[in-house]
Amino acid sequence: MSAMVQFDSVSKVFEVGKRRVTAVDGISLTIEKGEIYGIIGYSGAGKSTLVRLINGLERATSGRVLVDSEDITALSEARLRRVRGGIGMIFQQFNLLRSRTVAGNVAYPLRIAGWPKARRDARVAELLDFVGLGDRATSYPEQLSGGQKQRVGIARALATEPKLLLADESTSSLDPETTSEVLRLLQRVNRELGITVVVITHEMEVVRSIADRVAVLDSGRVIEHGTVFEVFSRPKTPTARSFVSTVLRDQPTTSDLERLRMSHPGRIVTAEVIDAGRIGSVLSHAMSTYGVRFEIVFGGISALQNRSFGSITLELVGEPDGVDALLADLRKVTTVKEVAA
Amino acid sequence: MTTDWGLLGPVLVQAIGETLWAVSVTLVLGGLFGFILGTVLYTTRQGNILSNAPVNTVLNVLVNIVRPIPFIVFIAFIQPVTLGLLGTSIGVPAIIVPMTIAASFAFGRIVEQNLVTIDPGVIEAARAMGASPLRIITTILVPEALGPLILGYTFIFVGVVDMSALAGLIGGGGLGNFAILYGYQRFNYPVTIVAVIVIVILVQLGQFLGNALARKALRR
Repeated sequence: MSAMVQFDSVSKVFEVGKRRVTAVDGISLTIEKGEIYGIIGYSGAGKSTLVRLINGLERATSGRVLVDSEDITALSEARLRRVRGGIGMIFQQFNLLRSRTVAGNVAYPLRIAGWPKARRDARVAELLDFVGLGDRATSYPEQLSGGQKQRVGIARALATEPKLLLADESTSSLDPETTSEVLRLLQRVNRELGITVVVITHEMEVVRSIADRVAVLDSGRVIEHGTVFEVFSRPKTPTARSFVSTVLRDQPTTSDLERLRMSHPGRIVTAEVIDAGRIGSVLSHAMSTYGVRFEIVFGGISALQNRSFGSITLELVGEPDGVDALLADLRKVTTVKEVAA
Repeated sequence: MTTDWGLLGPVLVQAIGETLWAVSVTLVLGGLFGFILGTVLYTTRQGNILSNAPVNTVLNVLVNIVRPIPFIVFIAFIQPVTLGLLGTSIGVPAIIVPMTIAASFAFGRIVEQNLVTIDPGVIEAARAMGASPLRIITTILVPEALGPLILGYTFIFVGVVDMSALAGLIGGGGLGNFAILYGYQRFNYPVTIVAVIVIVILVQLGQFLGNALARKALRR
């Protein structure tokens, strides 16, 4: 694999009146060709600025941004416009032209790129079929639903056959069902057309369902990055943990534990489950080998990048030595955390 | 008192012709300059596609200076320019100069105000697709704001007809002159009424045409 986008110590400082606001603070990051890369952060974390540095809608204050090995920070505005033609972008509010039909919107980037009419028409028809809107070519954007508008946005972004698609909060104004429809389409764009996709979002569910790798952004810095599985299974920072907890609710919160405590006097532990864990084989001997009774009191297991991931919380009741022995054997097969003695 | 329409008729026709001429030339030139002015005012705003604070500030101040001057004073104020441009400062050609300048500034402001209502996201999308500023002006700004722009232009048309009435003051002709000279000053009220009716019809036709075009542009 080779890099599609490379950030090399990139900073972006905005001058707001006399104040200087650092939106992106020394970020180095590599996005590989062919992957779906998620960039997650709360609003104001700098993710919208970061994505706009990729197509030069914002210029870096310092550092270099390489797109397909070309340093775009050094380009003139005119050269940059040509680079932008090879990068698609979709937006939270879709940003369709009200004065043009669906077909007119999709044809717009092709006009800019100077495609002749016959080729343009054929390409528009092909794109509208791809996004499943072949019958809405002559509709105007205001006649479409949110999901349909975003599909037009995607068709428009794909028109000039870009190698890279930037999705800026592309599902944030859609309902959950429409969100997954749009995410499936982005996944098809990636898999069927081989287009690298950068997804900017504040919704961890978006990252969970389609991203290969993810970077967590906070105050203009990348505070954590890795495969989605790594970040979900081992979040290192409070921000990452809080994002993960919005999707995976398998770990009991403090108030959950207080409630559990009232009816479960024994020791309470949380055991991690990754893929086919062997927790069951240990627990099946709980009574016969260790003299311990167990109860499953909390937990959940989800699918993550085609792997199983989650945790179960158990109440263990028995002699202290027996419980310790059981825990020792459980720890041989997985990570166990004591949550309440 | 009876009015000799046999005599006044041709004078009225000539007055209508003069008004139409002054109004049309002003609308074409004022529309063009006003559109350019408004577009520059809008695009040079901070953060916009041609962001340029000095140009924006200078134009803004200029518009704010010119716009509040009453037109009748403005004619006198601009007289040296008119004289320099046309070699004369009387008659219909001479009234066109102050009319065009006043209309340009008024329309410029209206163009700017209508462009401001365009969703900045749409402009950003066009930039992301590699569109140049000129391309954005012609293919995004104008089509997206076309309906309001037509209505604003129609509004200016009415103002221009109003201005043209003052042509008489500087020895120009036109309907205003006709109404004052043959109606008001000769205590011939029917003549004034006729002039008013012709002006009302003229304005109505313009407004009707503007509304119809705007409706078409807005698809509603």
